[in-house]
Amino acid sequence: MIQLTVNGVQHALDIDPSTPLLYALRNDLQLHGAKFGCGLGQCGACTVIVDDRAVFSCLLPVSAIGNRAVRTVEGLGTIDHPGTLQKAFIEHQAAQCGYCIAGMIMRAQALLDRTPHPTEAQLREHMEPNLCRCGTHMRILAAIRQAAGLVDDSTVGSARPDTGASQ
Amino acid sequence: MKRKYIYFAAIAVVLVAGAIALGIMWEPSIAQVQPPAASSFDSQLKIDGARVVALGDCAVCHTAKGGAPFAGGLPLATPFGTIYATNITPDPDTGIGTWSLEAFTRAVRRGISRDGHQLYPAFPYIHFTRMSDHDIQATYAYLMSRDPVKATAPHNKLIFPLNFRPPVAFWNVMFLRPGERAADASQSAEWNRGRLLVDGLGHCAACHSPLNVIGGEKSAQAFDGGLVDGWDAPPLNQLSNAVAPWTQAQLVTYLRTGRASEHGAAAGPMLPVTLDLATVPEADVQAIATYILSIQKPTSPSAEKTAADATQDAASPNVQRGAIIFNASCASCHGSGSPMQTIGTRPSLAFSTAINAQTPRNAIQMMLGGIPWHGESSINYMPAFADAFNDDQIADLASYLRSTYSKRVQWNGINDTVLKIRKENEAR
Repeated sequence: MIQLTVNGVQHALDIDPSTPLLYALRNDLQLHGAKFGCGLGQCGACTVIVDDRAVFSCLLPVSAIGNRAVRTVEGLGTIDHPGTLQKAFIEHQAAQCGYCIAGMIMRAQALLDRTPHPTEAQLREHMEPNLCRCGTHMRILAAIRQAAGLVDDSTVGSARPDTGASQ
Repeated sequence: MKRKYIYFAAIAVVLVAGAIALGIMWEPSIAQVQPPAASSFDSQLKIDGARVVALGDCAVCHTAKGGAPFAGGLPLATPFGTIYATNITPDPDTGIGTWSLEAFTRAVRRGISRDGHQLYPAFPYIHFTRMSDHDIQATYAYLMSRDPVKATAPHNKLIFPLNFRPPVAFWNVMFLRPGERAADASQSAEWNRGRLLVDGLGHCAACHSPLNVIGGEKSAQAFDGGLVDGWDAPPLNQLSNAVAPWTQAQLVTYLRTGRASEHGAAAGPMLPVTLDLATVPEADVQAIATYILSIQKPTSPSAEKTAADATQDAASPNVQRGAIIFNASCASCHGSGSPMQTIGTRPSLAFSTAINAQTPRNAIQMMLGGIPWHGESSINYMPAFADAFNDDQIADLASYLRSTYSKRVQWNGINDTVLKIRKENEAR
């Protein structure tokens, strides 16, 4: 039996110890936020937080988690009451197709948990592992800046939701 | 009377010794010049300079992470503390803009700054001193025609008394043999070119040799392998000891692309070296490989596991735990039949230099840090696992890799090594 604590809830799962955490989350716990992208640790769509660190859940066997707490995007808020980052992502319309967004939010959450007011350089370096094929990185960064209460001084090329309805 | 004589003799000895010491330590300042205009240099000389600077890996140390090229600021961890690389752009205030060719040549050949202070030997002038006058002039022309960048490196953090520079002069008396070396007439022109590049500009021995207690290369053990930035710099004189003995073709491909199909991918401090060597003419890298293959020492084969040991090792609990982690975390790229194993020229882990090495250090560093993205460059990538696994899990993986992919005996003290490397990495 594999013991997992996900978003504060304990689970006992009868699964192979080398099952990647992502499969346990999606197939056994019906938490479909984290996505399967590349399966190689190259895209970040599967990113969740394990013991306050952002990790690729597609490459982490459930047996290696031990008593570390797992957090997924579902743990940050609900549709009616989105969390701070989720709200900022909605306000900035940071999702195009949305496939990468759960991973983006969780990687950003890991940063803000440890560094509530990161510098622009810290923010960009931290977010580097996660890719968005639609290219909404500028909106994603703007959303994280808003959630972190940072002044958005890199407006070049970034689309703000209040600059026109046609964007 | 006799006592008085001894007294005067002692004073005389102290004075003479002091005068000699001052003579050794004192270096004159060389007058500042107006920064020369980029257009004042011959364009072919600047093109030559680009090649020399790439062969000398100048940018590797003199560029901070995310910083402007050659503007310095990169921390270099040494056993004596941290040294920050200097700004070698032609900025007159914070770089070398006011240095004349004479001042630049003195720095490269003897490790003296323009104003006369001693440079620390982390700057490999004991190797650069072998450069030709033409190569030094070309380097000067190239660097002086870069964009000046205003950037002051942080202060060095060195232990006392090494934060005081003049005594470096005594270090130089021991380790610096200034000037070019005559060509060896019994060897080919390519070999001589290779020696010049390896021993001089390329300063390979600076990392690939053990250091003595005062940070000098042990010249009798040149190329026996060293430790740099937390990575083992493997011996360069035991290349037949690899699972597939290194060949000229494999060496050249490795040095120019960062990948060798029978050995693995460059990582750690070697990766930027291969990025530089990708830009120089292939003939230069052929010469380097020719010379390196000529300095091989007789080696005894590495100790291999007996069949009984191999079976026992494979059944051990840490190897078993490592297997579970490997299947989830590594097999999608490194497992047999995975896409990465069937496209391109990536070797099975059985050929890996790191996994067949004497110590698990480089295998552990690879797992902890991976190989980060390098912009749009097509070099290898591997995700970092430092945040995903604890020390014991990294150690289990290392045991599994050694047990499964290498015929050589299992490493000792893997858990302690992981702990030690994590501490070193965090302190860096």
